[in-house]
Amino acid sequence: MMTAVPRLLQDILLSTAARYPDHIALVVDDARMSYREVTDYAFKLAHVLRASGVCRGDRVAIFMDNTWQCAASVYGVLLAGGVFVLINAQTKSDKLAFILRDSDSGILLSEQHLIRVFGPVTEQLPALRVLCTSKSKVLPDGVENLDDALADMPATLPPQSAITMDLAALIYTSGTTGFPKGVMHTHQSLLFVLDSITEYLGLSRNDRLFSALPLNFGYGLFQWLSAVRVGATLVLERSFIYPMQVFKRMNDEAVTSFASVPTIFAMMLAHDAKQPLRFPSVRMLTNAAAMLPAEFILGIRRMFPQAGLYKMYGQTECIRSAYLNPALAEIKPQSVGCAIPGTELLLLDENGKEVATGEVGTLHVRGPHLMRGYWKQPEKTAEVLVPGLLPGEFMLKSGDLFRRDADGDFYFVSRSDEIIKSRGEKVSPAEVENAIYSLPAVHEVVVAGIPDPILGEAVCAFVAAREGENLSVQQIKHICNERLENYMVPKHVLLLPELPRTINGKLSRKLIMEQCVTLLATLE
Amino acid sequence: MNMKKIIRHYIMENLLFTEDESVLQDSSSFLDGGIIDSTGVMEIILFIEETFGIKVDDNEMLPANLDSVDNLAAFVQRKQAQAVAA
Repeated sequence: MMTAVPRLLQDILLSTAARYPDHIALVVDDARMSYREVTDYAFKLAHVLRASGVCRGDRVAIFMDNTWQCAASVYGVLLAGGVFVLINAQTKSDKLAFILRDSDSGILLSEQHLIRVFGPVTEQLPALRVLCTSKSKVLPDGVENLDDALADMPATLPPQSAITMDLAALIYTSGTTGFPKGVMHTHQSLLFVLDSITEYLGLSRNDRLFSALPLNFGYGLFQWLSAVRVGATLVLERSFIYPMQVFKRMNDEAVTSFASVPTIFAMMLAHDAKQPLRFPSVRMLTNAAAMLPAEFILGIRRMFPQAGLYKMYGQTECIRSAYLNPALAEIKPQSVGCAIPGTELLLLDENGKEVATGEVGTLHVRGPHLMRGYWKQPEKTAEVLVPGLLPGEFMLKSGDLFRRDADGDFYFVSRSDEIIKSRGEKVSPAEVENAIYSLPAVHEVVVAGIPDPILGEAVCAFVAAREGENLSVQQIKHICNERLENYMVPKHVLLLPELPRTINGKLSRKLIMEQCVTLLATLE
Repeated sequence: MNMKKIIRHYIMENLLFTEDESVLQDSSSFLDGGIIDSTGVMEIILFIEETFGIKVDDNEMLPANLDSVDNLAAFVQRKQAQAVAA
């Protein structure tokens, strides 16, 4: 049963629901769900999953928008003993099929409007059971109505057998090879980082957290986990697509915490310039996923006059690594601060030696919040989980170069791989290139990030057609739109007669960028 | 071309990058269809402002006005009628 110290991620829901059953856990659209209601839903879902054959350690995919069902399903899967695999609702069929296969998910939880995406996939995966929330009684063959299945189940705690070392989640993240990797997190790693985060943010039950970040994204997921940990309320929006609606919701709900990325701040500042925006109830702002430009800070202060600004840095492999004390936001506008409580950050050179203060080194992360590795990819895991300070211990070797000042605060220098950060999302150039290469008329393609005032980096594709073939920008954007999440679709497509090569005959991003300087300058 | 046709043509060409008419119903939600993101909304607004000579207020950036071909056409008609009345 429930323990005072949570050992499993679902324990935080059970203990909060026991203490504050009627407190509102979630506000999504018109739904206001109390902790009791969320727990009852999760219990019932756990019984549905158990009855569908889910055993301890089995993966269950959740392919939904930011709905209350999506948030509650995370706990339903855990209570069934399963491992949740959240998949971004923008994902297209091919990638969805890849993730379902790669994770060996036996069950897919989804919603009606996504049938267009998962429909074609279920035909390829006959063993997959699909349970779909739906207002309609008529669903395609092989798709079961989740709401009907839930109605027959008791709202009781099913027997639990998992231990804290068991997997709780696979979080898929873009990789340099073009295929996403499943980051394995245990109950232990997630609970540890959750407590570290809620500690430095000083979150309490009185907080009302606001997030429009997708739940499949570590930063978005942790808004929900944090709310449940402290018994706060999460106001969850589907997206930032209709900003005015979002701004109104933030003030109507008197939210106290706002989780953002630089692209959202950039967009808010653009609105604020036309028509001032004020959010007086917000006491805490967080930024992660990409560096916040220092010149944004003044405008952010104006929009959020009462709020402390937490600049943070992390990666899916450990969720969060660093945060900057908000008192230093203006004093050290370029810094992401120091290691989160209970963890350590090291800057090492190529020989594994610590670099001196002010020198650039590769960031290594030490602590109980590290992933167990990449799902079914021991070689890739060995590249990033390297021997730690103690026998048998591992450290996470991040792909990022940093330097540290004399106070121990860290400064991002550059990435050591070619991943593009657009809107705070990771975009793998190889993944976009693969999508474009699927057009037979394409001879060569190189995808790179170019600086963009709103997006941070914009995805730019340089494409050469096969001799004598017709190829249009439209065709290229279409194939990307069919295969990739919207944020990966290139903002710019440049058709070139041929792509420049190095003397060794290799395609080079650097060379292409240099040769296209004038062309790039003409883009909006 | 009537207004809905013009709007649909624009959405297909610039957000779906296709000429296949069957992929977009006039009543389909762009949100549910995964057709737009935040930059997509800005593009749609620029397009209707330029094409139909209206001015979209920030406060009017709502799904009720913008989230389907039907909603867009009704919104543009309301705005044009207001402009005539004013």
